[in-house]
Amino acid sequence: MAVLGPGPARFWSGFTMVLLMLLIVLILTGSSWTRDVLTGHNDTWREPSPATQEDHDPDQHNGTNSANHRKAFPVLAFNYGHVRKPFEISLWILLALLMKLGFHIIPRVSHIVPESCLLIFVGLLVGGVIKAMNEKAPVLDSKLFFLYLLPPIILDAGYFLPIRAFTENMGTILVFAVVGTLWNAFFIGGMMFAVCQIEAAQVSHVDLLSCLLFGSIISAVDPVAVLAVFEEIHINELLHILVFGESLLNDAVTVVLYHLFEEFSHAGTVTARDAFLGVVSFFVVSLGGILAGVIYGILGAFTSRFTSHSRVIEPLFVFLYSYMAYLSAEVFHLSGIMSLIACGVIMRPYVEANISHKSYTTIKYFLKMWSSVSETLIFIFLGVSTVEGPHNWNWIFVIFTLILCLLSRVLGVVGLTFIINKFRIVKLTKKDQFIVAYGGLRGAIAFSLGFLLTDNEMKHMFLTAIITVIFFTVFVQGMTIRPLVELLAVKRKKESKGSINEEIHTQFLDHLLTGIEDICGHYGHHHWKDKLNRFNKTYVKKWLIAGERYNEPQLISFYNKLEMKQALMLVESGSAAKLPAVVSAVSAQNIQHQREAAPQRTIPRLSKTREAEIRKILRANLQNTRQKLRSYSRHDLFMDPCEDDMSEVRFRRQRVEMERRMSHYLTVPAKRQETPSVRKVWFEPEHKVYTYDDSESPGGGAIQLKLRPSDTSLLDESPQSTDRSPAPQSEDQSERQKPSRCLSDPGPNEDEEGSSFFLS
Amino acid sequence: MGATQTRFEHDHQDLVEKTGFSVEQIQNLHKRFQQLSGNEETISREHLKSIPALANNPIRMQIIEAFFDKRNQHGNELGSYEEIGFEEFLMVMSHFRPPTLRTTTEEKEAMRKEKVRFLFNMHDTDGDGKITLAEYRKVVEELLSKSGTIEQEAARAIADAAMLEVASTNVPNMGPDDFYEGITFEHFEQILKDLEMESRMHIRFLDVNTTKVHCGK
Repeated sequence: MAVLGPGPARFWSGFTMVLLMLLIVLILTGSSWTRDVLTGHNDTWREPSPATQEDHDPDQHNGTNSANHRKAFPVLAFNYGHVRKPFEISLWILLALLMKLGFHIIPRVSHIVPESCLLIFVGLLVGGVIKAMNEKAPVLDSKLFFLYLLPPIILDAGYFLPIRAFTENMGTILVFAVVGTLWNAFFIGGMMFAVCQIEAAQVSHVDLLSCLLFGSIISAVDPVAVLAVFEEIHINELLHILVFGESLLNDAVTVVLYHLFEEFSHAGTVTARDAFLGVVSFFVVSLGGILAGVIYGILGAFTSRFTSHSRVIEPLFVFLYSYMAYLSAEVFHLSGIMSLIACGVIMRPYVEANISHKSYTTIKYFLKMWSSVSETLIFIFLGVSTVEGPHNWNWIFVIFTLILCLLSRVLGVVGLTFIINKFRIVKLTKKDQFIVAYGGLRGAIAFSLGFLLTDNEMKHMFLTAIITVIFFTVFVQGMTIRPLVELLAVKRKKESKGSINEEIHTQFLDHLLTGIEDICGHYGHHHWKDKLNRFNKTYVKKWLIAGERYNEPQLISFYNKLEMKQALMLVESGSAAKLPAVVSAVSAQNIQHQREAAPQRTIPRLSKTREAEIRKILRANLQNTRQKLRSYSRHDLFMDPCEDDMSEVRFRRQRVEMERRMSHYLTVPAKRQETPSVRKVWFEPEHKVYTYDDSESPGGGAIQLKLRPSDTSLLDESPQSTDRSPAPQSEDQSERQKPSRCLSDPGPNEDEEGSSFFLS
Repeated sequence: MGATQTRFEHDHQDLVEKTGFSVEQIQNLHKRFQQLSGNEETISREHLKSIPALANNPIRMQIIEAFFDKRNQHGNELGSYEEIGFEEFLMVMSHFRPPTLRTTTEEKEAMRKEKVRFLFNMHDTDGDGKITLAEYRKVVEELLSKSGTIEQEAARAIADAAMLEVASTNVPNMGPDDFYEGITFEHFEQILKDLEMESRMHIRFLDVNTTKVHCGK
């Protein structure tokens, strides 16, 4: 992000932003005004009488035209009603996105105030402007929210859910989600009923069931708000997954409680049988939702197995299957959120093994984009709806709601943690409990659920209280959580560098702990995880992953991904064109065993597919100019070095390190005596960009790419390869070609041999 | 009955102090030990090899070997035993205890060091205090050994890359002729710093008598 100069530059850019925003708001309101003006005109053209066919219109037009003088042919016409709806929708989205841009131009504000607060504030402004013009503003309609705005956010969250952390803490998360939400709902509902009995409040007409309904609406922690706030504070993974997982899984409880109390608030009483059915319904809703998600997930994974010939539509399958999962769950009043999460989680490992690299990037970016837009819109609309009203402010009701929400959250978390810690190995400390309690933010889901209630006086009061709580949590808690986190020195998220040593040892540890558990003789957590993995490997992967890749061990795929990333990084840094003198090189020679015979340098060799891929990447990208790296502020795309917010120095250092590694990967020894000829293979001479500089290589020898084909199919594209004499070794023959997910999808300037790289 | 009970507990009191397990946990582990050893005093490698559940584990031999490694007994001896008794068994198991709420930061640090040391000993098979390239390669090969295809080349490439990574993070200014002998314990600790061993390397030891204990045969 360009660093703005101080003073005038920032002032002017801020000023232009404000102007732009005003312009958009004016257009929006102006459009509704002109709409009204035009409606009169349009109606005269269109049929005022009831039974009209459309083909009468041209007749009328013609009739009217011929009746009057012949008008000049309209060179420029104005027909706004035709495009009104998409036009306004686009303007709203544009406004939202310009807001987002604007915040990051003003750095100081965006550091203190979380984005969600600013967005609500903007929504308030816009709502105020619209109200001042006596227009009706669009409200956060429940249908709009639940069907269009919420799914992208949840899909984004579910698809990129950190599975390991989630499953390790599943018990804790479930307890918080289910028991915690139930406790919240009943405590708030019950206490509010007690409060309503106070004469001074004048709300004694609110009965118990309505209070419980209100309690169930307001009790749920909201995933959108949690994501928005926690995203920016980079807290450690355990706490993040606890709060976030809770916000996702409590959806089932909320759905059941809401429908339960809504049904019964009409009926008036609750019998024991109804309560029992409610419990059963909870299991049906949650398990049914998960089942729906799993089915669609498997379908999606299975479909992706066959997409090797139409790579461009691969991302669409992911999105559509997930959306269908959500909608199908909503049809049966099952938990749509859990369905969506289950679909994403199930689908992801198999789909990622099948799809091309570009599709993977597309999915990642589209999900982030949609969820970002959705979230922005939600907060803005929340602001607008607040101004719109109608409100029914009741001091006692609202204040007590607020206090009770906080109180019940704290009590719930502390009480539950006390019980949970007896079963957890890694206990939750007081600091952790505080953050979990403080992170219980309410958001737009509560508002939309409240909006769905039948329209009456009580509903307005409820809505007012809900909005107040949302504002309090988002503004006060959202703004103060960052300084609190720093004050309490809570552990932050550690930067995962994708180290291969860590990966090796993570796997090693898994097997070690499983083995120790087996020796101890009890079937613990690791044992079942190991069993699941083996089941997955032997049966499921065979069906859902295309080609030979299903038995690729995880370590190898991790390693391949890492190499790919490094190759891409190297290329995009633009330094592929020349290899500078590497000053401090830890060469592969340094780690070899010196006692081995000198010609037998056992330096890491790339497998053929790796070499081919890297060559292909380099070739395809060498012509590009050096890309500017931008920071990606919202929703960090983790594990993506290219998007990191790098300073120049750090980048340069990384580049040097990268080149070092690259040079080692490309250094090939004269390994065996049986292949005396070491070919120097240059990249396509016609490109003439890539040169190897002999004098600067660390090992003293030329940096060469040696291709030893046992399968020449991969290397057909380079003209030099055809006359290469294959010198297969017994090792090479046993080495299977691992086709890798990569760049085999057709791009705009791709050679046709692109497809030959993919062995399916 | 009461007398034997207290004598049993008394015998194990020093074990409680040495290993940090509770008396119930020691009793459970003792029962398991009896099962594995067929009610004898010591167990040998064959006893552990015959556990059926271990058969699918790719690093089975390393795990078994770790039990017989003298370095894991908190002494200063090297080499390995032929057979181990209950005390040695328990000492190895004590490496997998989790930290509690009351564990202080220094104790956590010491625990972490101990666990990392255990892992280091598992990799450093010849006991020279360094993990050489050959040893590291063996580790990766073993990890991949049960995964179907034996990709020796890939295993080597991975091990070499990992070694390079260790070398470049720990000794950034090596000249082209310097030789990186092997991963020392300090370097090993460094690369595993982010994994937070004290919270990850543990299993749940049962306090109560469980009927889930299966026969070793």
